[in-house]
Amino acid sequence: MSHRGAASGAPVREFHMEIFGVPSALLGSQLLVGLINGSFYAILSLGLAIIFGLLNIINFAHGAQYMMGAFVAWIALTKFGINYWVSLLLAPIVVGALGVVIERTMLRRLYKLDHLYGLLLTFGLALIFEGIFRDQYGISGQSYEVPELLQGGVNLGFMFLPIYRAWIVVAALTVCFGTWFMIEKTKLGSYLRAGTENPQMVQALGINVPLLITFTYGYGVALAAFAGVLAAPVYQVNPLMGSNLIIVVFAVVVIGGMGSIMGSIVTGLGLGLIEGLTRVFYPEGSAVVVFIIMVIVLLVRPAGLFGKT
Amino acid sequence: MQNKKLTTLACAAAFAALSGAANAQISGDTVKVGVLTDLSGTYSDLAGAGAVLATQMAIDDFMAEAKPAFKVEMVSADHQNKADIASNKAREWFEREGVDVATELVTTSTALAVMKIAKEMNRVALMSGPASTPITNEQCNDVTVHYTYDTYALANGTARAVTKQGGDTWYFLTADYAFGQALERDSSAVVTANGGKVLGSVRHPFPASDFSSFLLQAQASGAKIIGLANAGADTTNAIKQAAEFGITPKQALAGLLMFISDVHSLGLKNTQGMYLTTGFYWDLNDDTRAWSKRFFEKQNRMPTMVQAGQYSSVLHYLRAVQAIGSDDSAKVMTQMKKTPINDFFAKDGQIREDGRMVHDMYLVQVKKPEESKYPWDYYHVRQVIPAAEAFQPLSESRCPLIKN
Repeated sequence: MSHRGAASGAPVREFHMEIFGVPSALLGSQLLVGLINGSFYAILSLGLAIIFGLLNIINFAHGAQYMMGAFVAWIALTKFGINYWVSLLLAPIVVGALGVVIERTMLRRLYKLDHLYGLLLTFGLALIFEGIFRDQYGISGQSYEVPELLQGGVNLGFMFLPIYRAWIVVAALTVCFGTWFMIEKTKLGSYLRAGTENPQMVQALGINVPLLITFTYGYGVALAAFAGVLAAPVYQVNPLMGSNLIIVVFAVVVIGGMGSIMGSIVTGLGLGLIEGLTRVFYPEGSAVVVFIIMVIVLLVRPAGLFGKT
Repeated sequence: MQNKKLTTLACAAAFAALSGAANAQISGDTVKVGVLTDLSGTYSDLAGAGAVLATQMAIDDFMAEAKPAFKVEMVSADHQNKADIASNKAREWFEREGVDVATELVTTSTALAVMKIAKEMNRVALMSGPASTPITNEQCNDVTVHYTYDTYALANGTARAVTKQGGDTWYFLTADYAFGQALERDSSAVVTANGGKVLGSVRHPFPASDFSSFLLQAQASGAKIIGLANAGADTTNAIKQAAEFGITPKQALAGLLMFISDVHSLGLKNTQGMYLTTGFYWDLNDDTRAWSKRFFEKQNRMPTMVQAGQYSSVLHYLRAVQAIGSDDSAKVMTQMKKTPINDFFAKDGQIREDGRMVHDMYLVQVKKPEESKYPWDYYHVRQVIPAAEAFQPLSESRCPLIKN
């Protein structure tokens, strides 16, 4: 573990405290970075959770929809000169609308069948979307600049925090808790929750459940696209950006409990932090730590941390 | 009785050998070139469809210049950067489809798998894409040519230049697999040999998208240079995020394996001032420009060194077949090693006994946005590294074919 020796051995910074041989300043910055990544996990797993909650569909196209959000923002900027702030609204609408079309024309036929069919359909769609973008734009990706207002950073003493990263946390958490509020505290949300429990009864009460379902899928997809726009300035916009992330996000959803709204948000943030710590103490393990936790959670609490059995 | 059997066997063997010699020439009157590459994944921009195109251009040019008595065909397949897929495909090509030579093979693991099969089936393997030095060291064999570049040449070019210019403390960000480790090892050796010091390294999972944690560790090390021992999307993401976290320009980055496709994708604003080592740059001279423009017309991108090397290696192979009138692997290899390579890609390139093609390499620096005058005008060529210095000397070889 040469990295640790290097970090503590180099006489270039005046670190005053060490925790398990890691300077506390480094630890602080890693926790913050973990929180930023956790925000992405939270917003993506939230979208998956509400889709699963109401549609019983495991939306494997979520990663591709996240990627398309980023691409819509990039295309909007380079082809039409539409700026970041407009894209933040535009990309979710465009990609969400595509989600609505998918739900109306394809997913709708699968609700009575096993989960597996929905998974296969969305997985196939993800491959098609990624293939189209790869064919059009190549694999190396495109650069998207950080919007002017959010350029630069602040020195927190223990680290240099880019303003844009702070914005990611604020934007993601606002959207997450806004969604949570809408589902848990509003009338529309109560229809949604009732629809999840007993669709026939809700339909009998005069509520248009199919429309509700379409709206929910569109909204879940729009969340993915929103995360994609948030990600565009920090990662290269490339066709596989979603498929690299989606597996981890699925693990987050499983750990949090399928369909649990608050569970997915809290778990997303928590796992971001744990992953951040792993990157300091044992970087080689950072790719698998989430899955190890998933295995443990499945063994101890198969319904997930926040799921109802 | 025993004797008679032996005699029969000996006769049969002699006959077989004779008949072998009789149709030595070209099997099936067709030379079949297989392009086994990444057509869909991380490396598909730097190799991929462009490598297939380069192969076709080599075949077309060869047919026009040599007007051979035999046919040349090309097949291509996507190995998806997976060793098992690559070896299955190569075996199928060699056994059933009469492919004479497997080419390109980006991603070290696929290259190592296929070169073993080529040896077993007595066919030729031409490697343009893969980077790792074991191909011509521990794993070397007499049917493989490692053509375009390798981790030793990259480290030797970039790490040496950067260290000598005062970047004498290094910290590595290393992709945690065979290639990344090889690159880190070779680069560390060069840094130390030139009076620099390696302060540490962090191994990141492959592939990764968020590098901020790793970059912050590199920042905390206080090293002047952060060496990126990774490739493709990992490198581009790390460069982008280093700027975001204010790590550059205080600490400098050294991209140990970067292609022009990466620079194109990141843009000059993000990459300006970086040093990198390459085996080819399209804008070197009239020959490179002429060929690259032809490539550009079909692909709409300038060629990477892998794609240019692919053309050169296939053409060199076909010329060798033409010269000796046979596609017998051993004979073709002898001819290829004997003949110096002279085309737009290499001047007096030479294939050594260990399979390493040695040619001049170029240390380049990425231009500032305002210095770039036309599309794809990306590099200042800072130094031509002569073939004799660019690659690992045979005296250090760990290849069993070389007797030290």
